[in-house]
Amino acid sequence: MGKTIAEKIISEKCGKDAKAGDFVIAKVDVAITQDGTGPLAIRNFEKIGFKKVIPERTILYIDHSAPSSRKELSNDHNLIRNFAKKYGAIVSDVGDGICHQVTMEKYIKPGDLLIGADSHSCTGGAMGAFTTGMGSTDVAVGMGLGKTWLKVPSTIKVEFTGELAKGVYSKDMILYLIGKIGADGANYRALEFTGEAITNLTQEERFVLSNMAVEAGAKAGLIASDDHTRDYLKAVGREEDYREINPDNDAIYEKVIKIDVGKIKPKIAAPHTVDNIKDIGEVSEVKIDQVFIGTCTNGRISDLRIAAHILKNKKVADGVRLIVCPASRQVYLDAVKEGLIDIFVNAGGVIMPPGCAACIGVHGGVLGDGEVCLSTQNRNFLGRMGNPKGFIYLASPATAAKSALKGYITDELEGER
Amino acid sequence: MSNDDYIIKPKHAWIFGDHVNTDLIVPSEYLTENDPDIIVKHAFEGINPDFSKKVDNGDIIVAGRNFGCGSSREEAVFVIKELGISAVIAESFARIYFRNLINQGIPAITLKNATQIFGNMTKITINISDGIINCIDLNTRKRTTLKFKPLPEFIMKIIEAGGALNLIKTKVKEKI
Repeated sequence: MGKTIAEKIISEKCGKDAKAGDFVIAKVDVAITQDGTGPLAIRNFEKIGFKKVIPERTILYIDHSAPSSRKELSNDHNLIRNFAKKYGAIVSDVGDGICHQVTMEKYIKPGDLLIGADSHSCTGGAMGAFTTGMGSTDVAVGMGLGKTWLKVPSTIKVEFTGELAKGVYSKDMILYLIGKIGADGANYRALEFTGEAITNLTQEERFVLSNMAVEAGAKAGLIASDDHTRDYLKAVGREEDYREINPDNDAIYEKVIKIDVGKIKPKIAAPHTVDNIKDIGEVSEVKIDQVFIGTCTNGRISDLRIAAHILKNKKVADGVRLIVCPASRQVYLDAVKEGLIDIFVNAGGVIMPPGCAACIGVHGGVLGDGEVCLSTQNRNFLGRMGNPKGFIYLASPATAAKSALKGYITDELEGER
Repeated sequence: MSNDDYIIKPKHAWIFGDHVNTDLIVPSEYLTENDPDIIVKHAFEGINPDFSKKVDNGDIIVAGRNFGCGSSREEAVFVIKELGISAVIAESFARIYFRNLINQGIPAITLKNATQIFGNMTKITINISDGIINCIDLNTRKRTTLKFKPLPEFIMKIIEAGGALNLIKTKVKEKI
């Protein structure tokens, strides 16, 4: 009987034939935490009495509040640095970037099993790796034992056919899907993205889909590895890490969803849930106070290129604050080299250091009462950006950049459609 | 029912709706607080003001679909543990939150139409081990028994140990 990508990888990691519904103990290749969840993982690791970190690729990221905005967090950061030294883990420090981006650039390989103390750890699914979010205690145990328990998820196959229209991006694809199946439409399950529209996406565009799989409740958002994956690994200097990961032709899926991407228009997730999906026309009266371009969803170099192309030689509308944050040090360097940072600053924007920045609301870019932010991030929950009286709309970098120029929500090709 | 059964008798069942996310359970603006009392004080404040003052030790939370969706932050379980919540019953759980509850030793029970059922109940006794709820229906004043699927044995072991930490600590010590 054939296997899905999830069943294939988990079978390999637990050393037996794993099928959807089985409970297994699986080997952990990569374990990650961030500065919000890391300190608790560390305390629990030490409470249990583990002597060393088992997965060689255990990376403790400092990205959520980096640089630190208050002394308590600075002390947490030092706790992380000291722990890493003592127990043999890697630290990714202030300015290195967001865990989900740096993990893609430096650590994850197709076929890996990753557990991360951050819900968007599912980003690596686009590399053909089984990567999933867990709490601090689970990750602490994974770090200490090199193993974790998993229920093998059943898989929903999402087949994207057709060709994206101009001005429509992978962000619009995933927002469309989440709107269609709902915030718990894939709860406990894996999503497997497939079809010609996926084949045509670059690796960076694919990360957007996997990153947001959790917003439909999914445990993982998987994509078979292919030449685009190999090209990406080559570009980051890790071509030897490439491996082909595919589902079997006779794999058993719980459900198959078919979507013609040619029919998808630019989308917006309106406050305060990610499945509250609208066409831009439905929210075009919404005036915006802040535009945030960045995050583990859409802060990659290709995203910044799209935004810069729209903002070049233009100024953001009066009263709009534009915040741009490259997802990693490498993205920042590339953006400097390509002149993109010049464009953002000249357009009236402000650049934040690589990290989670305004998305999580613990430092920089917190909204005022009643303010509206249009963001390229993945989550718009009440209070997400540090103020329960703020309103967060989600969109692609193109929609965000064009809207920054207009001062209200609009799509990239306004007037051209 | 045996003497070893895991039984709870909550005074109140606090009812919440669908898709209660981790930002609603622990607003992110308090995440950087090192004082646990401050985080606990603000739990659920956006949807149930002063919840932390109203709740009694041993109470349960009853919720609709997808309870605990969003972030992996364990503070969202820590606060309900600190408030003395003895179990969470939901129509469904977000998966990371489900694991976090179990890891902190809090039973997570899945029950269809949970919010509807519990809105009408008093004198609740829950046998977590057997999957049986006994209560009195407020409308009919009749004694009612409900059943749910008990948690798998290895998950019950974690809960009975008071959480994953306690269970694994014992195992690691045995090995050394």
